[in-house]
Amino acid sequence: MANNATSNTAAIDLAEIAPRVGEWRRFRRVFLSRGLVVFGIVVIFLFLFVAIFAPLVAPYDPVEPDLNATLQNPSTAHWLGTDSLGRDTLSRIIFGSRTSLEIGLIVVFFACIIGITLGTIAGFYGSWLYTIIMRFIDALMSFPMILLALVIAALLGGGMKNVIISLSIALMPGYARLMCGQVLSAKQNDYILAARSMGASNLRLMLRHIVPNCLSPIIVQITMMLGATILAEAGLSFLSIGITPPTAAWGSMVSEARDYLAVFPILSFAPGMALMLVVFAFNMVGDGLRDALDPRLRGIL
Amino acid sequence: MISFLIRRFLQSIIVLFIVTIIVFLAMRMLPGDPIRMIVTASNTESFTEEQIAEVRHQYGLDRSLIIQYFDWLNDLLHGNLGESILQKVSVSDEVLRRIPITFHIGTLAFAVGIILGIPLGIIAAVRRGSWLDTLVTTLSNLGITVPAFWLGFLLIYVFAMHFKWLPVMGYTSPFTNFWLNARELIMPVFCLALFPIASTARQTRSSMLEVMRQDYIRTAWSKGLKEQAIITKHALKNGLIPIVTLAGLGVPMIVGGTVLIETVFNIPGMGRLVVTSVLNQDYPYVQGIVLIISTAVVFINFAVEMTYGWLDPRIRYD
Repeated sequence: MANNATSNTAAIDLAEIAPRVGEWRRFRRVFLSRGLVVFGIVVIFLFLFVAIFAPLVAPYDPVEPDLNATLQNPSTAHWLGTDSLGRDTLSRIIFGSRTSLEIGLIVVFFACIIGITLGTIAGFYGSWLYTIIMRFIDALMSFPMILLALVIAALLGGGMKNVIISLSIALMPGYARLMCGQVLSAKQNDYILAARSMGASNLRLMLRHIVPNCLSPIIVQITMMLGATILAEAGLSFLSIGITPPTAAWGSMVSEARDYLAVFPILSFAPGMALMLVVFAFNMVGDGLRDALDPRLRGIL
Repeated sequence: MISFLIRRFLQSIIVLFIVTIIVFLAMRMLPGDPIRMIVTASNTESFTEEQIAEVRHQYGLDRSLIIQYFDWLNDLLHGNLGESILQKVSVSDEVLRRIPITFHIGTLAFAVGIILGIPLGIIAAVRRGSWLDTLVTTLSNLGITVPAFWLGFLLIYVFAMHFKWLPVMGYTSPFTNFWLNARELIMPVFCLALFPIASTARQTRSSMLEVMRQDYIRTAWSKGLKEQAIITKHALKNGLIPIVTLAGLGVPMIVGGTVLIETVFNIPGMGRLVVTSVLNQDYPYVQGIVLIISTAVVFINFAVEMTYGWLDPRIRYD
C-alpha cells in the first residue's frame, strides 16, 4: 500500500514501477473477487448518489406535513406509505441517508485525525507520553461506546453538531489504540534508523516514514467505522438524544413509528432496512479491503 | 506471574482513577448551573440569590474543584453516589435495585453468544466452502450489522403482535413468576446476543482456520486421531485466545446494547434508567451508572487478560 517510493519520485526507474502495477492488479483481483464485496460497493455508490442528490431523487418534501395523507399504506403515490404527519416515508428515508452520510463522514474524519495524532505521538515518543495518553485512552475505552456518546450528547444537548462531537470523542480511542500499536512496530524498522542517521527530525520521521506505513489498517478501520458510526448515530437518534425531528434520520424514524407498529409496521421496518443495508455494505467492503490490503490483519480487525 | 498480576491490577486502578476524573469533570462542565436545577426542582416558587448561595454551600459546591473531587471520591468509596435531583432518592439504592435486572439479561446474552457462536464458527471452519459455511458466514455478517433496536421491533411485530406467542414487552422478576420472566426475556436476550453470536462465530471461524493449517494438526491427523478429538482437543484449545479476547471486548458492547434494548422492551434496568435520566437531566443518576458500568468493564478486561495464561501456558506474564 503505502510505499517507500513516496519521497523520491524522480528516482524511480521502470523496473521499480513494474511490480507496483502488479500490486494494484493483485489488489483489484482480491478486492473484487467476492460477490458480497461487489454488492457492498454497489450499495455504497447508490447510498452516496441518493444522499448527494436527495432533493432531486425524493418524490416529496421530507419535512412538510400533509395532513390529508396521514398514515397511508404503500400505494403508487407513496411507495412506502406515509407517517402520522402525512410525510412520505420514502422521501424521509432518502433525506435520512443525507443525515447518515454527513454525520458518518465528519465523525470518522475527526475521530481519525485526533486518534491518529494521539496514537502516533504515544507510540513514537514512548515513555511517559505513552503512559499518559494510553491510560487516558484505556479509560475512555472502558465506557461502552454508545453510553459515552449518550453521556456527552446529554451534556451538550442534541442536534447535529453535538452528535458529531460526542460520536467523534466516543470513536477516537479505537483509532488511537490501533495507530499506537502500528507505530510501535513500524518504528523498529531499519528504514527508520536509516532516516534518523541521515539527520531526519522527529516530525519528518513521523509524517514521512511512520504514518504512511501504518495507514492500511487505518483505512480498513475507517471503512468499517463508517458503518458503525452510522449505526451509533441511529441508536442515539432512536433514544431521541441525537438528531431530533423534524430532520429526517433513520434512527428517529424507527422510534417515531413505534406507536404504529401493530398497524403500520412498514413505518419502522423501512428505515431500519435502509440502515442495515448501508451498514452491511460498509462492513463487506471493509472486509474486502482488509483481505486485499493486508491479509495478516484478518482476526485483528 | 504474581508481580504481573499486581502490576496489571494497579494499572486497572489507575484507569479507574482516570475514569473518575473524566466523569467528575464532565459533570462539572454541564451547561447550566446544577444548583439552580436543585433549587427549582425542590422549590417551584421564586428564590433569592442568598438561597442559592446557601444551597451551594450546603452541597459544598463553593469549594475548590480539587477538594470537591476528593470529597466526591471519598463518598464514592463509601458507596454513596449522591441523591437524585428529581426524585430525592439515593442513587445507590435505585441503582442497586436495577443492577440485577441488567446483569440478568447481560449475562444471559453473553452466555448465549458463546454457547452458540463457538460451535457455529467451528462448523463453518471445519466444513469450509460448504453450504453450511456459506450460511454461517452470511448470517454472521448480517448479525454484526442488524441494528438491535430495529430487530427488537421486528421480533415484537412477528412473535408478539402477529403470532401472539410471546408477551410484547415488560419485565417480571423471575422469583415472582419464572415462566413469564423466561418468556419475556426471549426476545430481548436474543436481540442483545445476536451481535456476540455473530462476532464470536466469525472470530472462531477465522482462528480455527488459522490453527487447522498448523503442523501439529497435520501430525494429529496422520496419527489417525478422530476428527472430533483433533477439533476440540488440538485445534480449539489453541485457537481460543483471540476468541476470549473478542468475548471480553464484547462485554462493553452488550452493556451498551442494554441501553437500547431495555428502551425497546421497556425493561426497568440500568440502561433504561440512564436514558430517562439523560432525558430528564437527572445527572447524579447518569454519573452513578456510568461509573458503575465502566468499573465493571475495567475489571472484566482485567479478568480476560488473566485467563490468557491459563488458556495458553506458553504465555508468560512478565
